[in-house]
Amino acid sequence: MIGELTRRDLIKAHAAGIAAATAGIALPAGAQPVPGGVESLEIKWSKAPCRFCGTGCGVMVGVKEGQVVATHGDMQAEVNRGLNCIKGYFLSKIMYGEDRLKTPLLRKRNGKYAKDGEFEPVSWDEAFDVMADQCKKVLKEKGPTAVGMFGSGQWTIFEGYAATKLMRAGFRSNNLDPNARHCMASAAYAFMRTFGMDEPMGCYDDFENADAFVLWGSNMAEMHPILWTRLADRRLGHQHVKVAVLSTFTHRSMDLADIPVIFTPGTDLAILNYIANHIITSGKVNEEFVRNHTTFMKGVTNIGYGLRPEDPLELKAANAANPANMEPTDFESFKKFVSDYTLEKVADLTGADPGFLQQLADLYADPNRKVMSLWTMGFNQHVRGVWANHMLYNLHLLTGKISEPGNGPFSLTGQPSACGTAREVGTFAHRLPADMTVTNPEHRHHAEEIWKLPEGLLPDKPGYHAVQQDRMLKDGKLSFYWVQVNNNVQAAPNTKNETYQGYRNPDNFIVVSDAYPTITAMSADLILPAAMWVEKEGAYGNAERRTHVWHQLVQAPGEARSDLWQLVEFSKRFTTDEVWPAEMLDKHPDYRGKTLFEVLFKNGQVDQFPLSEVDKSYPNNEAYAFDFYIQKGLFEEYASFGRGHGHDLAPYDRYHQERGLRWPVVNGQETKWRYREGYDPYVKAGEGVKFYGRPDGRAVILAVPYEPPAESPDNEYDFWLVTGRVLEHWHSGSMTMRVPELYKAFPGARCFMNADDARKRGFNQGMEVRIVSRRGEIRSRVETRGRNRMPPGVIFVPWFDASQLINKVTLDATDPISKQTDYKKCAVKILPVA
Amino acid sequence: MRCEDSPRRIILRSFLAALAVFAAVFSTNLAVAQMVRELSGPPGGMDMVPAKPMPKWNVDDVRKMRAYPDQPPVIPHSIEGYQLSVNTNRCLSCHKREFTEGAGAPMISVTHYMTREGQMLADVSPRRYFCTACHVPQAEVQPLVGNTFRDMSEMGVEHLGGK
Repeated sequence: MIGELTRRDLIKAHAAGIAAATAGIALPAGAQPVPGGVESLEIKWSKAPCRFCGTGCGVMVGVKEGQVVATHGDMQAEVNRGLNCIKGYFLSKIMYGEDRLKTPLLRKRNGKYAKDGEFEPVSWDEAFDVMADQCKKVLKEKGPTAVGMFGSGQWTIFEGYAATKLMRAGFRSNNLDPNARHCMASAAYAFMRTFGMDEPMGCYDDFENADAFVLWGSNMAEMHPILWTRLADRRLGHQHVKVAVLSTFTHRSMDLADIPVIFTPGTDLAILNYIANHIITSGKVNEEFVRNHTTFMKGVTNIGYGLRPEDPLELKAANAANPANMEPTDFESFKKFVSDYTLEKVADLTGADPGFLQQLADLYADPNRKVMSLWTMGFNQHVRGVWANHMLYNLHLLTGKISEPGNGPFSLTGQPSACGTAREVGTFAHRLPADMTVTNPEHRHHAEEIWKLPEGLLPDKPGYHAVQQDRMLKDGKLSFYWVQVNNNVQAAPNTKNETYQGYRNPDNFIVVSDAYPTITAMSADLILPAAMWVEKEGAYGNAERRTHVWHQLVQAPGEARSDLWQLVEFSKRFTTDEVWPAEMLDKHPDYRGKTLFEVLFKNGQVDQFPLSEVDKSYPNNEAYAFDFYIQKGLFEEYASFGRGHGHDLAPYDRYHQERGLRWPVVNGQETKWRYREGYDPYVKAGEGVKFYGRPDGRAVILAVPYEPPAESPDNEYDFWLVTGRVLEHWHSGSMTMRVPELYKAFPGARCFMNADDARKRGFNQGMEVRIVSRRGEIRSRVETRGRNRMPPGVIFVPWFDASQLINKVTLDATDPISKQTDYKKCAVKILPVA
Repeated sequence: MRCEDSPRRIILRSFLAALAVFAAVFSTNLAVAQMVRELSGPPGGMDMVPAKPMPKWNVDDVRKMRAYPDQPPVIPHSIEGYQLSVNTNRCLSCHKREFTEGAGAPMISVTHYMTREGQMLADVSPRRYFCTACHVPQAEVQPLVGNTFRDMSEMGVEHLGGK
């Protein structure tokens, strides 16, 4: 059948199909003796993970005539068992926005690149010529630290891995960071600091086993709707199950809450310490667990807010330079430390109902109740986000409620491969694959060995993190910048004063790879059209450590190419002599004169799997372009970092057969709960529980206090601004705003506001207002009804709408440890539009 | 069902598609400008723009054709003020099997009575309880950006019983 067709035939057929599709006509489907014959009804169904959030739902994708014609929830996918949310059900349309980018576009004037030129279509050759020239110029004039890349938790695993090789080993720059920095860096840092290993110990099976769920700054009903169905299934189906929801305003998740807690922004820290205090004073500490499996530490305080160093807040902060420091302490000092956080004091500070606070504390304290804690951006986008994560682990560690079915802290993620690509592959400015770091000489050496590169090649200084990249672009210290799979001009905080300025700084050359003309693409100098989702073979890793692989199912339009192709093809434009120090090549002359493509990708490992191993029933543009099964080669080389070290991945081919597998995969078996004997193959018989990520096998209980947000409302700027998402749109809306049904379900951002607040200021429902901060302003419409009910003094504005760029208003304060932005707390005033 | 897809609508759609091709072929100069059109908002995306008025919702109670059979139907009526909490589900008070005859509302699909494992229950499965995770009303607005998604019924499928 298809096996007999040559690749050329397939491409021709595709081209004809695309041409026909463009012309709006259907090709004659050959002889069709029976009208409505079965063949004409057939749809080719294949599995893939959803393109949107970190839940990682399995979908079945139906293809006909080279186009996706339908999708539905995969009954065989354990994550979602046949369900999708509204976005997932409309995946079929995300690739077909009319304004898909189909050719590279370069800013030109008089036929040449010009920063102030207009976008003109160019060939890939010209695009890469100009791009390579600019990159070489910057490398020569300013060195490797002026070259950077901003990637994504939506990159496939191969793409993130290829990027990390190209940036660190190729250009010798650690200025590589993913947009996941905005998303769950706080969670990742706290995992490393507490357990010595990243990512949750438990998995989604906890939903069917818990007796109580506590949401800390997460609106799962809208942002993780399929996990919400699993939680609702458990709560509504079992009388004894309780749900507590903590938030700064009332949202859809509160509809299911037995214990709703509304608190003043930032004061969740005090609630966490109150619960620790309650567990200790009520005698509910699991002493055996604490004695055998934990160790107590105290963190430095007054650590600043990650603003520019000259900011008065930073000058005042005693430990802004070393915010991550901790020193050992003991249970007695911890007990004394949290004893300040009494119910009365905390109720007063937070504005929360003391009765509910006590009920919440009892959920954790009750030894007979299994508790699953869940959190996302409310915790992570927090100037004390790392602390918040730690303080929650404290509760689970004090009670021993961890690493077993139904008991555990569970950090949710917002992007489909925040875990798989950003964290596991290590595309953060300080990381290498498998939890290793660039500052550790042994780790660098290990990476150089696996990559078959000269010793000492990898740079040892952490690169610029997301917010720092924007500042350095603006300051002209970072001058060649490549952005893939994200929309950071819309997503970054204080974007008008920082991010956008950096993109338009005449010193800089900005490249943006995207499928659509986002505001970020429009702010660039060169736009590269990207293939997306099932237009390429891919792999994602979801929040429960599940690695999920899919086949390329359709062709991207025009000349759009995958990010993987772009990265690897671009590497051909550089030789080692151009980018590596002469001394290094003198010492290792074998590498001389080779292209980066040869030393990074055609290195005997990445290219070891021939085309014959590619499944012939699917297209695979990258494999045929490079003449080897590049995805498998990258995956297998990458997997060698983690195998035998607690990050084991199965052989690549198996993932094409499975609906994903949760690592570590040892002896062909996935691991559902880590660190506990009987579940985790890395815990030996007799050890019981072992947090083997840390040398002493013990998890850290950390004493840290409540500290106030960077900016709070005052007389002039009298409202808290909280930003976030809505169910129908995903992140910046570049995909969902192009699906008519999703657009019509929520066509524009609004300013959710308390009805009394509105009335006092003379605002009516639907009225246009200005939302003004010290950084900038936007116009929006007042919404006093609808899905979010705001307490007095707090507004919520979602950020999906490019015509209401709320990030012109937000503050670029970050957690000083994780460098993740706090998008949930800044001060604004609301004015009528004159 | 199929009858919702009137021949007239199909003809109109083909006509529009043909028109689009015509426009694309005969206005190559415009093609560049179109290609780099922004998602939304004005040129010079950092400028302040007026906020569009709040939309009116589609409330004509006419069932809308699905883009493919697996698509959750959209809601052609207002759901403003509908309570959807542990104790009350206003949607089910019309769309649950027992109430459909009185309400004249379409019954929720059989899949909504199934457990995670695919077993039928006597009542709506708790996992399907929050309707708005999949079903949404539609504002009376034009799409922000057109979509070239093609309906599978336009791909050489002869309609069963269509002759």
